[in-house]
Amino acid sequence: MLLIPCPYCGEREESEFHQGGEAHIERPKDPNKMTDEEWADYLFFRDNRKGVYLERWVHRHGCRRWFNVARDTATNQIVAVYKMGSKPPKSITSRVTMK
Amino acid sequence: MVQHMGKYSIFSLIRNALAYHEGWERAWRSREPQGEYDVIIIGGGGHGLATAFYLAKEHGITNVAVIEKGWLGGGNTGRNTTIIRSNYLWDESASLYEKSLQLYESLSQELNFNIMLSQRGVLNLAHNLHDLRELERRVNANLMNGIDSEILDTKSVKNFVPIINTDPNSRYPILGASLQRRGGTARHDAVAWGFARGADERGVDIIQQCEVTAIKQSRGKVTGVETTKGLIKAKKVGVVVAGHSSELARMAGFRLPLNSYPLQALVTEPVKPVLDTVVMSNAVHVYVSQSDKGELVIGAGIDGAHGYSQRGSLHVIEGQLGALCELFPITSRLRMMRQWGGIVDTCPDASPIIGKTPVDGLFINCGWGTGGFKATPGSGWVFAHTLATGEPHALNAAFTLDRFTSGFLIDEHGAAAVAH
Repeated sequence: MLLIPCPYCGEREESEFHQGGEAHIERPKDPNKMTDEEWADYLFFRDNRKGVYLERWVHRHGCRRWFNVARDTATNQIVAVYKMGSKPPKSITSRVTMK
Repeated sequence: MVQHMGKYSIFSLIRNALAYHEGWERAWRSREPQGEYDVIIIGGGGHGLATAFYLAKEHGITNVAVIEKGWLGGGNTGRNTTIIRSNYLWDESASLYEKSLQLYESLSQELNFNIMLSQRGVLNLAHNLHDLRELERRVNANLMNGIDSEILDTKSVKNFVPIINTDPNSRYPILGASLQRRGGTARHDAVAWGFARGADERGVDIIQQCEVTAIKQSRGKVTGVETTKGLIKAKKVGVVVAGHSSELARMAGFRLPLNSYPLQALVTEPVKPVLDTVVMSNAVHVYVSQSDKGELVIGAGIDGAHGYSQRGSLHVIEGQLGALCELFPITSRLRMMRQWGGIVDTCPDASPIIGKTPVDGLFINCGWGTGGFKATPGSGWVFAHTLATGEPHALNAAFTLDRFTSGFLIDEHGAAAVAH
């Protein structure tokens, strides 16, 4: 069980939350202009990284707000938590290779 | 090359018993890598070893290395709940899993190694009207594909599994089930060991504790792999690494549509025989069978978040055990002996990817997610064909990486036992 520091409520147990997959995947502005490969990459292809991984969580049984988490998927250590719409903190970008 | 190992038989058993069992040979040899092979298979689990075995046996390609970063069969092959069945919905999957089940049916003889196949039947429970309709649809699809499958009503389920709770007032009442009588279980370790022995006997090098650190390429073609035991060259490389597939793909410079999650299982203390079949429930996410030692082997759902830690979250198995106690009230005071996790590589359509990659000569077999054990021989059989000829076999032709671009998905979420 993870202990997740919600940026709005503080540390709570994982069972209060729901993970929403990889973070920073933007919905394409004009899907009609994309190739099939680009569309497939947006829909299905994922980083699925072993190591520091950027993911979205929602505090489903709490404040119901979404936020981003940087977590090491090999050790389950949470490295950083930051709000939706913001970029990952500089301290961790060296540990994450953004695609 | 074969002489060091005798054939297992009643005579070898008696001979060795008379010699106080001091004369048994090792079933396979652990090798150091040679400089170059015709084919390298990355991953010494069941699927990788089966691939090596069928490469040697069906295609005469014996200059093969299987490289494994840990120990043989120590990943998902040794961590699953050993269930075998072929009752998948779509024609593509049904043919592939049925091929695998048929190979299983003669595998002990083929490998001269007892894999302890027990065709005790597999039940999939329906807890609401929608479940039941979906099961009926799938049973009908199975019958059209020549796969044995039938629907049981609540009373027949109770007759088939006397310890099950069919109280209509329970939270998830049992409205019926599908039954595949040819389904069942096998000894998972023995499947890995049997394939390893058969491959080793035919000249395949099994190299353990050897981790791949880079995939060598020249002008878009694979040339070998860099490992913790040095460079090993080959013009054909097969990646069969389950949960770590995305990491291997990253080394080779492409991406996969996979998400890796921990999946847990656990066993109870051993008890007298109470369950002589396999019971699975998609809705409450528990699947259970009883091992020959008497332990109930219980499979859980995947974790809610990605992970490579080979251990899952406790609240996931709390949910599973709640479901188990409701389905089988008799289990409520059983103690759990062991719990473990494996990393499963789930695909968006719950079907595997078996075939070519963007790199020439590099082939991948991944995305089996939560249900790879049942496919072990079939997966090895088609992947061996793919590696040997450079083209997929008819049975895996649809399971390409390209299907995520073309949209030709093979949606098996209903037949996959664990939702993801």
